[in-house]
Amino acid sequence: MAAEKNKQFDPTSVLHEIEEKFEMFQILNEDGKIVNKESDPNLSDEQLTELMERMVYTRILDQRSIALNRQGRLGFYAPTAGQEASQLASHYALEKDDFILPGYRDVPQLIFHGLPLHMAFLWSRGHFLGSEIPEGLNIFPPQIIIGAQYVQAAGVALGFQKRGTKSVVMTYTGDGGTSQGDFYEGLNFAGAFRSPAIFVVQNNQFAISTPREVQTAAKTLAQKGIAAGIPSILVDGMDPLAVYAVTKDARERAVKGDGPTLIETMCYRYGPHTMAGDDPTRYRTSDIDSEWEKRDPIVRFRLYLESKNLWNEEKENEVIERAKQEIKDAIKQADQAPKQKVTDFLKIMYTGDMPYNVQEQFDIYTEKESK
Amino acid sequence: MAQLTMIQAITDAMRTELKNDENVLVFGEDVGKNGGVFRATEGLQKEFGEERVFDTPLAESGIGGLAIGLALTGYRPVMELQFFGFLFEVMDSVNGQAARMSFRSAGKLNAPITIRSPFGGGVATPEMHADSLEGLVAAQPGLKVVIPSTPYDAKGLLISAIKDENPVIFLEHMKLYRSFRQEVPEEEYTIPLGKADVKREGTDLSIITYGAMVQESLKAAEALEKDGHSVEVIDLRTIQPLDVETIIASVEKTNRAIVVQEAQRQAGIAANVVSEIMERAVLSLEAPVLRVTAPDTIYPFAQGENTWLPKADDIVATAKKVLEF
Repeated sequence: MAAEKNKQFDPTSVLHEIEEKFEMFQILNEDGKIVNKESDPNLSDEQLTELMERMVYTRILDQRSIALNRQGRLGFYAPTAGQEASQLASHYALEKDDFILPGYRDVPQLIFHGLPLHMAFLWSRGHFLGSEIPEGLNIFPPQIIIGAQYVQAAGVALGFQKRGTKSVVMTYTGDGGTSQGDFYEGLNFAGAFRSPAIFVVQNNQFAISTPREVQTAAKTLAQKGIAAGIPSILVDGMDPLAVYAVTKDARERAVKGDGPTLIETMCYRYGPHTMAGDDPTRYRTSDIDSEWEKRDPIVRFRLYLESKNLWNEEKENEVIERAKQEIKDAIKQADQAPKQKVTDFLKIMYTGDMPYNVQEQFDIYTEKESK
Repeated sequence: MAQLTMIQAITDAMRTELKNDENVLVFGEDVGKNGGVFRATEGLQKEFGEERVFDTPLAESGIGGLAIGLALTGYRPVMELQFFGFLFEVMDSVNGQAARMSFRSAGKLNAPITIRSPFGGGVATPEMHADSLEGLVAAQPGLKVVIPSTPYDAKGLLISAIKDENPVIFLEHMKLYRSFRQEVPEEEYTIPLGKADVKREGTDLSIITYGAMVQESLKAAEALEKDGHSVEVIDLRTIQPLDVETIIASVEKTNRAIVVQEAQRQAGIAANVVSEIMERAVLSLEAPVLRVTAPDTIYPFAQGENTWLPKADDIVATAKKVLEF
C-alpha cells in the first residue's frame, strides 16, 4: 500500500464545518411548548389569534379547493396543507407595501396580502381576470416556471433600494427550485447589490416525486445561500413562531440596508403536488406521512394557544364556518365572470396601440364574436 | 449636426433618454466603467453615475429577471445582452416572462424593457457570439423586434424603443457599428416602431431586407441599375411587427420582389414577408418571390463567415432570376 500523502488541505472538512452550523431553528415544539424562550417573538394575544385564524382558514380553503377541484369547479390547484406555518407565518412578518413574488403553491399569502378570493379562483380556473391585480397591491401572479420569480425578485428588491422605499420583496420556491440556475442568479444578484430581498425555500421534501436527497448533495438548502454571501437559516417550517421570528428579523435587516436573507422552511405537504393526477403513494409511505402529521403546525399552535386561553373549539368553528361561507360566496362571484373572448386576449397582448397583426385579428374576432 | 457612427448614435440615444427620464436605467455586463465591450455605453456611467448606469454580475437570466423586477417598480430598464448568441441563457426572462407581462396581468402591468444586443456576423468573433437569432424573438407574441441599419435610424428607433411600454428587442449589427458615418441630430427625435423605410426608390423590383443586408442590397441595386433595372430597397427596420403597408405598396408598384436576410433560410423573417405578400398582393406579382439567405447550417466559425454570409452578388443573381422570369 502506498504511503498516505502529506496533505495540508482538506476541502471536505470545510464543507462539513459549514453543514454542521445549520441546525434547525425552533421556538414551539410539537407539543405546543416554547422550547426557545429567548427567541420568542412575543406576539400580542391578538396577533397570535389572528395568525391562528389565517392558518385554520387556509387549511379549510385547501380542503374545499381539493373538493371543488374534484367536482370540476376549480382548475389548477396545488395543495397547501402542512405548509401553513411556512406560508402564513412568513407572510405575517411582512408589511402591506412589501412585494410578493409567489410560486404556484403560494396563493394563501396573496389572499392575505389583499388578493380577493374570487380572483384566486379565477386564476385557478385559467381566467385572465384572475391575474388582473388590483391597483396598489404589491403582488405578482403565481409563477409557474420554477425559479423565475427569484431573478425577478432581485429586480424588485433593487428597484425598492433605488427608490429608497422602506419595503422588502419576498419570494418563494420549493426544494426543487434550488436546483434551478435562476435560484443561484437571483441570490447572487441580490447579494451583490445588497438588496432588500427575502428568499424563502419551502422544503416540503419532494419536488413532485423526487425526494430532497436526490435533488442535491447539499445537506441543507439553507447552506446554498452561503455561496452567494447571504445570511441563511434553516427553520422548522411547521413552527409558526420560529418562521415568523426569522422572517421578521430578515425583514428588519433588509430594511436597514443589510441585504437579503435565505430562509429554508423545513415542512411537508400532506397532499399531492397538484390535483392534476399526482399520486403521492407512489413515492411516499404512510409511515413518512404520519411522522410529519405529528408535527402539524395547526395542531401545535392550537395546543399553545389553548394553554394561554386564547383558543377553543368554538373559536375554531367560527373560523371554519366563516371560511366555508366566504369560499362559497367567492365561487359564486367567480362563476359570474364573463366568458373569455379572443378579443380580450388580443386587447391585453401589448400595452398601448395594437401592432397591425394584432389589430387585424382583433377586427376579425370582433366580427366573429358579435354573432 | 454631428457625423456619427451607428454605435455613437446608439450611445447618444441612451444619453438623451437618461437625461429625459430619471426612470431610465442602463445596465448589463461591463457596461459601466468599461463602457461595454463594443463601447456602446462609453462615458454614460461617468455622466449619470453608478446608480443609473451599472455593471451586473455575469448571468444573463439574472439580468433579464432584474429588468423585469425593475420594471415592476416603475423603472424603464435598458439592459445590454453582451452578445445575442447568449440569448439562450436569458430566453425564459425574454420570451417566457417579459413578453407575457401585459397578457398575464390582464393589461395591468407592463414591461417597458429595452434589450439591446449586438448581433449578426462578419466580424470574426468566437463561436456563439455572432449569430442571427432574431427569428426566435420575432416569433414570440408580446415582443417588438427592431434592427436599425443606419446611424440616423439607430438613434431615432432606440429612443422609440426606450419610450415604448412593451418589451423591445433592439438588435445592433456588429458589422454596422463603425462601418460608416451619417449626420445625426443632437436633439431628441423618434422614428416610429413598426415603420419600414424606403432606402432607395425603384419601379422594376422590390428588395425587402433589414440589418447589414440593407447595405448589401443597396450595392446590388446599384449594380442592377447599370443593367437598366430600377430597384427599390425597403429597410424593414422593425421585423416584429412588420410594416406590411409599405411592403405591399412597393410590391404593387414593382410587381416583383425578393426578400434578403442574413439569417439562415429557415429562420423565419423572410418567410414571413413572403407569406404577407402572397396573402395580400399575389395578383400583383409577375414572378415568384424569392429569398436570399444564409444556408441552413449552424453559424460557422470565424474563418468560414465570408463564404457563408449572403453578399451583393448573391442578391444580384437572385434579382435577375425574378426580373427575367
